[in-house]
Amino acid sequence: MFEATAQNRRNRKVEGLFRLLFLWMTCMLILPVALVLGVLIVRGGPAISWEFLFSPPTNGMTAGGILPALVGTVWLVVVALIASVPVGVAAALYLSEYAPDNRLTRAINLAIINLAGVPSIVHALFGVGAFVIFFRFGTSILAASLTLAVMTLPVVIVATRESLQTVPLAFREACWNMGATRWQTIRKIVLPNSISGILTGVILEVSRTSGETAPIMFTGAAFFLPFLPQGVLDQTMAMSLHLFVISTQVPDVPEHMPFGVALVLISMVLAMNGISIAFRVYLRGRKKW
Amino acid sequence: MTSPAPGRAAGDYAVEVEDLAIRYHGKPALSGVTFQVRRNEIFGIIGPANSGKTSFLRAINRMDLMTAGMEVSGSVRVEGRDVRSWRNPYALRQRIGVVFPLPVGLPLTIYDNVALSSRLRGTRRKADLDVIVERCLRRAALWDEVKDRLDSLGSLLSGGQQQRLTIARALSQDPSILLLDEFSIAVDPVTTMRIEEVLAELRSEMTIVLVTNLVQQARRLAARTAFFLTGELVEVTETETMFEGGAQDPRTTAYVEGKFG
Amino acid sequence: MTDVAHAADRRDLAWWVDRAVQILVLAGGLSAIVFIAGIFVFITREGAGFVFDRFDFREFFFSPRWTPTSSHNPTYGALALIAGTASVTGLAMVVSVPFSLGAAVYIGEFATGRVRETLKVLVELLAAIPSVVWGFIGLSIMNPLIIQIFDVPIGLNVLNSGIILGLMAAPIMTTIAEDALKAVPDTYREAAEAMGATRWQVTFKVVLPAARNGLVAATLLGVGRGFGETMAVLMASGHSINLPTSPFDSVRALTATIAAELGETAAGSDHYQALFTLGIFLFLVTFAINFAADVFVRGGQRKHRRRGRRPAASANP
Repeated sequence: MFEATAQNRRNRKVEGLFRLLFLWMTCMLILPVALVLGVLIVRGGPAISWEFLFSPPTNGMTAGGILPALVGTVWLVVVALIASVPVGVAAALYLSEYAPDNRLTRAINLAIINLAGVPSIVHALFGVGAFVIFFRFGTSILAASLTLAVMTLPVVIVATRESLQTVPLAFREACWNMGATRWQTIRKIVLPNSISGILTGVILEVSRTSGETAPIMFTGAAFFLPFLPQGVLDQTMAMSLHLFVISTQVPDVPEHMPFGVALVLISMVLAMNGISIAFRVYLRGRKKW
Repeated sequence: MTSPAPGRAAGDYAVEVEDLAIRYHGKPALSGVTFQVRRNEIFGIIGPANSGKTSFLRAINRMDLMTAGMEVSGSVRVEGRDVRSWRNPYALRQRIGVVFPLPVGLPLTIYDNVALSSRLRGTRRKADLDVIVERCLRRAALWDEVKDRLDSLGSLLSGGQQQRLTIARALSQDPSILLLDEFSIAVDPVTTMRIEEVLAELRSEMTIVLVTNLVQQARRLAARTAFFLTGELVEVTETETMFEGGAQDPRTTAYVEGKFG
Repeated sequence: MTDVAHAADRRDLAWWVDRAVQILVLAGGLSAIVFIAGIFVFITREGAGFVFDRFDFREFFFSPRWTPTSSHNPTYGALALIAGTASVTGLAMVVSVPFSLGAAVYIGEFATGRVRETLKVLVELLAAIPSVVWGFIGLSIMNPLIIQIFDVPIGLNVLNSGIILGLMAAPIMTTIAEDALKAVPDTYREAAEAMGATRWQVTFKVVLPAARNGLVAATLLGVGRGFGETMAVLMASGHSINLPTSPFDSVRALTATIAAELGETAAGSDHYQALFTLGIFLFLVTFAINFAADVFVRGGQRKHRRRGRRPAASANP
């Protein structure tokens, strides 16, 4: 019965070939990440120093450091989080815990998909039209962060919703059957058991927000500001825009500088992703039921 | 049919069901059910899978509000009052304890599992909670096994222990009605026996509706038993009569004698 | 007892709090609709003047002349920009679709355990690289490489941005495609394997056809991603308005045009409004793509739910 016929052998050979082909395809997608990282480290590494990180740019941005851009990115991310996390978590709670299966819910889901799918430059136009002009925030951290918040809202919503759904329905039903309201059930059982997943989503949003460029170009990020922002109505530099500016708009920038900026930016982003992934692995290993 | 059966006042019934029908997304799960459960009796419900037993329990404590696509028509009265007239259905559910087929230890400590209901109702004092937790765990025959580790997770207890924890939690609501849905399905025979003893003791304090997959369990515990079959109530009879071959419907006799199901 | 019941039936604090929370989270849910509608309203508000007064359908869609800064005769033909976007996105898909779907098949059907988890994490990291970094890579790494390898005068062109865009669109396609493969019930695979089919036969004859809708959705989302990408295309495509005839031509995309020109226009001018009109166009097209992808995803799910049940029902006579 287990005799290897010619047909059988050929099948196994073809199977092996296909396996190899698909593996190769996967590697072709993943290899660039390693290559890009390698090149950035080799060519940007020498630029990194305490002075580079903690001093402002000088000489028309052809020398000096990136401090205002770093600080600016932190401002943008923090304000964006303050705006989007409460709204996103609320939306996810509604969709996961309250929403009936009706047209409104489907419309909300479609809106979320589209918010995630609208091009970032269209979000930028929206930011200009709504926050800069209509709400009169001017080009400011506030306008830029709100634009980023709207754009990354789906990240929070989707991550939170997924995290809420990992809590088994049986726990909710047990609580409801005891006379707990939906909110009491959420507060006592659902949130405590999904909060870490929600945090993972927030970290992902930080990663996403800090790398975005187009949405902040016309809403609050400036090419060059030698000082640090003092409040949310100030403009600010940002890491992502700074990389764009010194690699395309400013002549005579020494080569290591944009590579250094790119390395710092990608390190921030990948570190955030790494934390979020490590967190997820840790959570999976910890069993509560 | 609204008038109570002869010789009994309305207040004698814990649950009165009239022409109850339940549908899920339009598909009927149960229809045309009418009967009464007396106060402080153990009322058995038997029947094969998919006969509408669980749906019936869910209609009593208004879980249709929490279940997408579940519709209830007809009337269910608990303690003489239609469940749908409650302005605060959560308060209704507090008066009804529920035990599920698969034990559900909430991912809280054992102590918090049992204290949850009282806390939700505003009891904050540790001393009061201590009393409630110990009393309920004792009555559920679990105290001796867990009294030294009340702060370990309730969701990590063994199946049989979790089921008794679920019962302790239901008792902590101080319910007037206790609904049990095939509680022994995931529990070893020894624990089942212990729980049955607990139920027999509880009868003097509350009404118990016992849905069971074991016909002999109904025989051991229930005063009267209803037989559900494919979404219909076949009959309600005194349990002894039913098991002594006195059932009105031949299908009931066939089922209790193990000919199908 | 009835009196007890009546006494218990009060709308207490917990009831009111629950009601308040319900309204609050509903507002959160509605905000998504408000924002998507707001995007449309606000870009239309800024672009409306152009759409109603200056917009010429023939010029916009059929003229390749985009000369908004010309002092005597500004023209707003978007054909070259659309062609730029289409060529870059098209090349990106040619590069990316086979690899993304192949990777999805490997991760979903062949890889197991730790390898599978690692690959998924790496794909996720690929998605995390910011678009401005991709653009910078196109500018400073790919550009000299292309000049060297193909002996062309400039390496910022359709090929450069197409490859980069392909890599950027790959993670979302791989993820969605793998979800679609995962949604195919195991009973299908087991049934085919029981008949003696090998892994790849199962994959090609059973799993891929069953997951077809999801794979179409994955490709559509990839197209949407490429279509809307801004910074990478701005930096790597050469930025010259051109109807491309070869992969080595430089082009200008719709998104890049907005990003490059908005800063230099006066608010309310024809040029400014024309850029918002491009925004409206981008919005409508991506909306259509996402909507279509959603329809395909749903269609796929429904199909399996229906088919998946049948064997279970017959196993229980």
